[in-house]
Amino acid sequence: MALRAIAGKKTLTLGLVLGPRAAAGASAPRTGSGLRHARGLVTFSLPDLPYDYGALEPAISGEIMKLHHQKHHQTYITNFNKALEQLEEAMAKGDSSKVAHLQSAIKFNGGGHINHSIFWKNLKPLNEGGGEPPHSTLGWAIDTDFGSLDALVQKMNAEGAALQGSGWVWLALDKEMKKLKVETTANQDPLVTKGANLVPLLGIDVWEHAYYLQYKNARPEYLKNIWKIMNWKYASEVYEKEIA
Amino acid sequence: MGFHLLSPSYCCGYQPSPPISHGLLRFRPVTGIPKPSPKGQLHQSRRASKVLAYYGITTPPYKLDALEPYMSQRTLELHWGKHHRDYVDSLNKQLVKSPLYGHTMEELIKVTYNNGNPLPEFNNAAQVWNHDFFWESMQSGGGKLPQGGVLQQIEKDFDSYSNFRDTFVESAMALFGSGWVWLVLRTEEKKLSVVRTSNAICPLVWGDIPIIALDMWEHAYYLDYKDDREKYINTFMDNLVSWHAATVRMLRAEAFVNLGEPKIPVA
Repeated sequence: MALRAIAGKKTLTLGLVLGPRAAAGASAPRTGSGLRHARGLVTFSLPDLPYDYGALEPAISGEIMKLHHQKHHQTYITNFNKALEQLEEAMAKGDSSKVAHLQSAIKFNGGGHINHSIFWKNLKPLNEGGGEPPHSTLGWAIDTDFGSLDALVQKMNAEGAALQGSGWVWLALDKEMKKLKVETTANQDPLVTKGANLVPLLGIDVWEHAYYLQYKNARPEYLKNIWKIMNWKYASEVYEKEIA
Repeated sequence: MGFHLLSPSYCCGYQPSPPISHGLLRFRPVTGIPKPSPKGQLHQSRRASKVLAYYGITTPPYKLDALEPYMSQRTLELHWGKHHRDYVDSLNKQLVKSPLYGHTMEELIKVTYNNGNPLPEFNNAAQVWNHDFFWESMQSGGGKLPQGGVLQQIEKDFDSYSNFRDTFVESAMALFGSGWVWLVLRTEEKKLSVVRTSNAICPLVWGDIPIIALDMWEHAYYLDYKDDREKYINTFMDNLVSWHAATVRMLRAEAFVNLGEPKIPVA
């Protein structure tokens, strides 16, 4: 009884935070944030890729895309949902040590879901405009903040290659300072862990699962090739929306 | 982990040593070199040209296809031939400009760990050591049960072998990101324990004694198992882990950690 009341309240709060779509329980196939309601708790589901698994070849093989999407991303979502369910129970029981204990699982799996959802949108097949350099506002901002697109690419590739272990390299917009930055995050830490004002424009997954089957240990090769399928249009859209 | 001291006449441009197979004891004969002094201090005349110390890559104590079908030759070729070798080469490159030469590998790891604020050389040094330790933690025909003293100690500290095995597997599955899972002998608590570490960190930095290691970086298993970590971990426990190596390491560890009265059978 009490649980349902709490769950109801939580849905309301979540609804306010996430917007009317979430509160109405709509699942979102198009932009693929994949929300679903069960017993009042929001559960997440795997968003569809906006292209076929093989569409990003030869930069990223279809085998990798399939595994990356269907296995890795799905696992993050499954475990994220599980952790959130356990969090709800712990909160209902007032078990603060369990609540604190669950934080790392939530950050890891939730971060994995967030990061990969952005990543799929960051990539575009060659024949659909992948790799086309940014123009207008984002293009100028890149020239201002890095000197040239090339310089930005070199910087991101250098930081991506130097990242020890697993993580991500990001092109971020600091919406306070209105400046572009290159940041890295470890494991599945989302970009906001590096600064609350940072908005991800582009992220490159440098976990080994993102490239190992195809590039083996040659991470710099993977980084060089991924720019050929980079979806600058998406980055520009996010940039213009935040700057406006 | 051995190291080479080059006398001044070799100091410009070294040839990497050819792979040498070795047993668990590690001493490589080096010619014409004065005995290494403690702390790596070289009591040579200051006027002599700088002596360079460097580390060599060691080969796994088996052929690269010996762990098939549990760990493929292809994986060994890449993991040892590229990843491990890269760490060694990168470390040597870093050490050219660094005052850190002359340490044994274990000393170097502790020094560069810098009490939690690792220096740039730490990652490479630790990964070189970790991978050496990893190759020796496996053998062809491995797995099955530990025996004798190791089994006794495991049963003492984990209640049963299967408890230990479950703990080890769970710990490995719960690791976020890249890292390692270890069976260590804790020097302070004087008991065996399972620990997991991130990235390159190894229990040496806390003064504990590693007994077994499992590499949980994706490059260690991705070619053979893709994302199926559970299968990889179970295969390691059932078919790869070398309890012989663990026994030797326990024996050595007991010289440093008092594990209590030995069980001497009464006649």
